[in-house]
Amino acid sequence: MTSRLLDGISHRGVALLAVLLAVLLAAPWIANDYLLTVLIIVLYSAYTGQAWNVMMGFAGQLSLGHAIYVGLGAYAAAALYVHFGIAPWLGLAAAIAVAVACGAIIGFLAFRFGVGGVYFAILTIAFAEFARIGFDHFQWVGASSGFFLPVANYTRNDLWNLRGDPTMFYYVMLALTVAAFALCHVLLKSRIGYYWQAIREDEVAARSLGIDTFRYKMYAAVLSAGMTAVAGVFFAFYYNNLFPEQVFHISRSIELILGPIIGGIGTLFGPLIGAFLLTGLSEAMQELLSALGFDAPGAKQVFYGLCLLVVVMALPGGVWPWLAGKLRVTRRDP
Amino acid sequence: MAAEIYLNVAVSGLLTGLVYGLMAVGLSVIFGVVRVVNFAHGEMMTVAMYLAIVLFNSLGLDPLVMAVPLAGVLFVLGYVMQAGLINPFITRPEYSQFMLLIAVAIIVVNVLLIAFGPDARSVQTSYAFDSFLVGPLIIDATKVYAGAATLVITAALFAFFQFAPLGKAIRACADNYTGALIVGLNVKHLYALTFGIGAACVGAAGSMLVLLVDVTPSLGPASTLLAFIIVITGGLGSMAGAVLGGLLIGFTEAMAGLFFTPSAKSMFSFGLLVLVLLFRPQGILGKRVS
Repeated sequence: MTSRLLDGISHRGVALLAVLLAVLLAAPWIANDYLLTVLIIVLYSAYTGQAWNVMMGFAGQLSLGHAIYVGLGAYAAAALYVHFGIAPWLGLAAAIAVAVACGAIIGFLAFRFGVGGVYFAILTIAFAEFARIGFDHFQWVGASSGFFLPVANYTRNDLWNLRGDPTMFYYVMLALTVAAFALCHVLLKSRIGYYWQAIREDEVAARSLGIDTFRYKMYAAVLSAGMTAVAGVFFAFYYNNLFPEQVFHISRSIELILGPIIGGIGTLFGPLIGAFLLTGLSEAMQELLSALGFDAPGAKQVFYGLCLLVVVMALPGGVWPWLAGKLRVTRRDP
Repeated sequence: MAAEIYLNVAVSGLLTGLVYGLMAVGLSVIFGVVRVVNFAHGEMMTVAMYLAIVLFNSLGLDPLVMAVPLAGVLFVLGYVMQAGLINPFITRPEYSQFMLLIAVAIIVVNVLLIAFGPDARSVQTSYAFDSFLVGPLIIDATKVYAGAATLVITAALFAFFQFAPLGKAIRACADNYTGALIVGLNVKHLYALTFGIGAACVGAAGSMLVLLVDVTPSLGPASTLLAFIIVITGGLGSMAGAVLGGLLIGFTEAMAGLFFTPSAKSMFSFGLLVLVLLFRPQGILGKRVS
């Protein structure tokens, strides 16, 4: 297993990876509360980015509505917890099941009816918006006035009920991110990963080689949906409040995919690098603007947009392929 | 009595839908030729809307009259955007083009937010409460003017693409990129012109829509989505389809607002979109492209 996990990574890469992991593991002892909160956001974006990357980066299916899986996962686990007192780790199963079912429906409809490219992207937006407005009118989970999880001061960390301080959430998110990373690495080096990449590069050619493209695209859609739902459960229990306008909004879907695209689409490190860059950039912008005493709402987003523009124009393949070349860590392609 | 309410709402929805249609025509023209989905389409429209409001408040210029000069301003903006930003992205993958336009959209929304604040704005014209009585129907005059202007503009645009040499050249680029290059057409210039024309459509639509809806910076992304729905329902790349889609969506939303609750109306549009994508992915009037 270990050998398979490290397959294709150079010794230099393994060393850098170990250093990175050690720093992340030690972070709660070094970082203050603010930095820890930022790191949680970074890991959250890295994880969701990785989940989206499975569908788009590996299998080439552009989903612009991934917020739907975050939202369904979040609402499923939160509703079970609030209404029936079911612990999130059990709710997780329901969350994954709901998201997987939704991913399977979208995937089935799109792939069976030959909806591809731009049309597929807009279909995913349509489903997410449909869910947003639907949840806005869904009284059982608070409709548009929001759904809240009980918050109290916890004397100790209750990992089973996911109630506790940021450090606990940090380690949960770190574990999820590492697991997603390892899973994607193994998948990419396995038969299914190669099938996905073949479909991504040329679907007709892949089918003519005997790959059941419908089935493998479905696997990608379902896996990506399930992974994203896990992040949704985390989201619900970390923030303790859910508003359809926020959770399902298209801007959430876009934020989710910015990281992997900036970092390097279809690469393993892309989502992680992208999450670090974008969250870092966003926080730095905030600090800079408040230091300058310039607090117009929207100023931060303008700079954010400009930076995005520059990266998209200057590094079309994303930051990671360029950075990997500089660090000399890739033996074969990423 | 009850039947008249439905009829009134239906006509009102159809007229609003016409103006939506003009906005969508812009998106359709751009996609049909340049093959780029303009994810900043609604945001460009809000730029025109705010310009119309500023012109009305400071100089008292009627938004209906300003539709033409604002279309001109947006044309220049669109030309510059295509020539400067988008042309290098023509051969890049879809997600890359998408990111570029999303970045533009984020910048536009937030610049508008800084400049005008988050509050809703509108204009009050002298004829805002005028209406025509047609039998049992009471039709809002503003909507009639805006709808008529939309039909004129769309007809002019259609004639341009059908008969003008420049319009034919643009269609040639859409039909066969390499072929257009071989016969010596300046494709990049024509692409920029096309994007300008598409932007001019939203300029005119935005200027008129100011009379019908309140503007906030966040109207931009919502309008982009609306334009997508309309264009895909009608047929991406088809101008008549965009107008038809606009009518259909305007009608659906008005009826959903009446029968259910106004806040749920877009759900029906998205439902319609899903159905169209599944059973007629090329849209109602679109041609099937493999």
